[in-house]
Amino acid sequence: MSETKSDKYARVAYYPGCALEGTGHPYNRSTKAVGKALGLDLVEVDNWNCCGAMEVKNIDPKVQTYLSSRVMSIAANQMRMDVVMAPCNGCYHNLKKAEHDLAHDPASAEVVARLSAKAGHAAYQPGQVESIHALDWLKGAIGEDGLRARVKGGLKGLRIANYYGCMYTRPRNIFPEKDAGPGSESTSKPHFMDDLLAAAGAVNVDFPLKTACCGGAHTLSDSDLSTKLVLNILNAAEAAGAEIIATECPTCHSGLEMHQIRAEKRFQRKTQVKIVYFTQLLGLALGLSARQVGLHENVSESRELLAAKGLG
Amino acid sequence: MPIHEKELIRPENLRTHEQLTVDGVDVSGHWSTFIQSRVVTDYNEAMQDEIAALPGGEFIHRCWQCGSCTNACTVNAVNPDFNPRFWIYLVRVGMEAELLRDKDIVWQCVSCNKCTTICPRDVNPEGVMKALSHWLELKGHTPKSPSMVFDEVFADQVIRRGKIEDGRTIRRFFERTGQALQQDWLIEMAKRLVRHLPVGLLARLGWSAVIAPRTRDWSRARAAIEEYVHDQHAAQRQALGLDAAGGASTTREGA
Repeated sequence: MSETKSDKYARVAYYPGCALEGTGHPYNRSTKAVGKALGLDLVEVDNWNCCGAMEVKNIDPKVQTYLSSRVMSIAANQMRMDVVMAPCNGCYHNLKKAEHDLAHDPASAEVVARLSAKAGHAAYQPGQVESIHALDWLKGAIGEDGLRARVKGGLKGLRIANYYGCMYTRPRNIFPEKDAGPGSESTSKPHFMDDLLAAAGAVNVDFPLKTACCGGAHTLSDSDLSTKLVLNILNAAEAAGAEIIATECPTCHSGLEMHQIRAEKRFQRKTQVKIVYFTQLLGLALGLSARQVGLHENVSESRELLAAKGLG
Repeated sequence: MPIHEKELIRPENLRTHEQLTVDGVDVSGHWSTFIQSRVVTDYNEAMQDEIAALPGGEFIHRCWQCGSCTNACTVNAVNPDFNPRFWIYLVRVGMEAELLRDKDIVWQCVSCNKCTTICPRDVNPEGVMKALSHWLELKGHTPKSPSMVFDEVFADQVIRRGKIEDGRTIRRFFERTGQALQQDWLIEMAKRLVRHLPVGLLARLGWSAVIAPRTRDWSRARAAIEEYVHDQHAAQRQALGLDAAGGASTTREGA
């Protein structure tokens, strides 16, 4: 199984999504850098569109299904790829949701067929591609053993709280490959990021809020609530002894950065924990420089802490 | 965590009379306190069907009131008045006036999907919360929530261009909700960003703010989506007994 995955994931269609071209740029940069360092081939989905994030579904859920289906249709029918990899939790979640709805809900399939025909491209058929997250990609293509063999120096016992957020595991029914026995990802206690960072030499603290919500959907429209939810996460990470919160979602990441500052300004609650994308940490463990993984593009300033450990 | 039960027997629903005789029986004073009676016409029987006609609300009829949704709820942990199980109950029974007491907080659902994951009956409570806040707005009980304004600004850009530029979305959201863009914490964030960023990246971000990113050859997809959304919204208004015009259109905004 792992052999086939390491071959299958060695060359994947890459769907960065809108956030990774804006506020989440360091995630984009570090994902590509890690892929390059590990000899993995990322082929960007040609002329992709936004997945609709958490917003378009509130205007109409089936439009959101169509948006994701177009991306998968291009990967399958134009690029002839088998796997689409999305590092953004929102994109990843929506691809999985579309896959699930198209397989189980005839009304969604009908709307997607109609809109695809009018837009002038082949309608996506469920099963044409496998949609995966950047965590699945690295875990499948390289794995912990592969990573251990390639790590240069490692993360030197850096204490990390792994934060997965909502969209990576919920709702459970759109992730049929999770909770599927040994080796699979868990929706209640996800561990893929823990596994990878441990293999890269980090110490994972016992962090109870791995899948808590950061309030990302209302980061601007209900800022006080978001600040409270983020403060819970930051405080729990510090109480668990973490120096760094590792993230795998651009919305969570910028939400944590933004509301860490807002908590300081509005509620006089200062927290020290740094917020870093897991791909940035893996890149550093592989011997890449702080600049190559884009630490300078984060709002949360982690360079001093990491440099003191000889990283970057 | 316990489920915070709502109390229908509130002080304003209690009736105590200093002097009252009914059918020759003296019912004066505290020992003869009445609960104000409810009559059939107090119930809105169309309510469940109307919620079910909006996206996300389709499966509200499956609920058997186990309370798992409220128990798992992110927002309930911050604000005990935010109670999905109770609101689903009110909709199913048709107690509109009771529901309207909470009308200003329904939109605060953060879509974390804990409820939808835990629900044993596949009610999709997250979807019901969206349908419910949409219903409140369409019926004119509440103004458009900041969340809905954000969704519209966001969806409008996606439907027009195929892609989002986050700076533009934020600016337009602050414009439409009448907030100043110069929030102290946003300024602090911008300052920290500028301090770290090399000139090249700043120029790139600035450039994408001027030339909005877009998907090539998007016009046919845009037309198809706009037509579909228009038809859907007209059908929803009809299901709610509203005239077809107006509605929560995403396409009326200027580019």
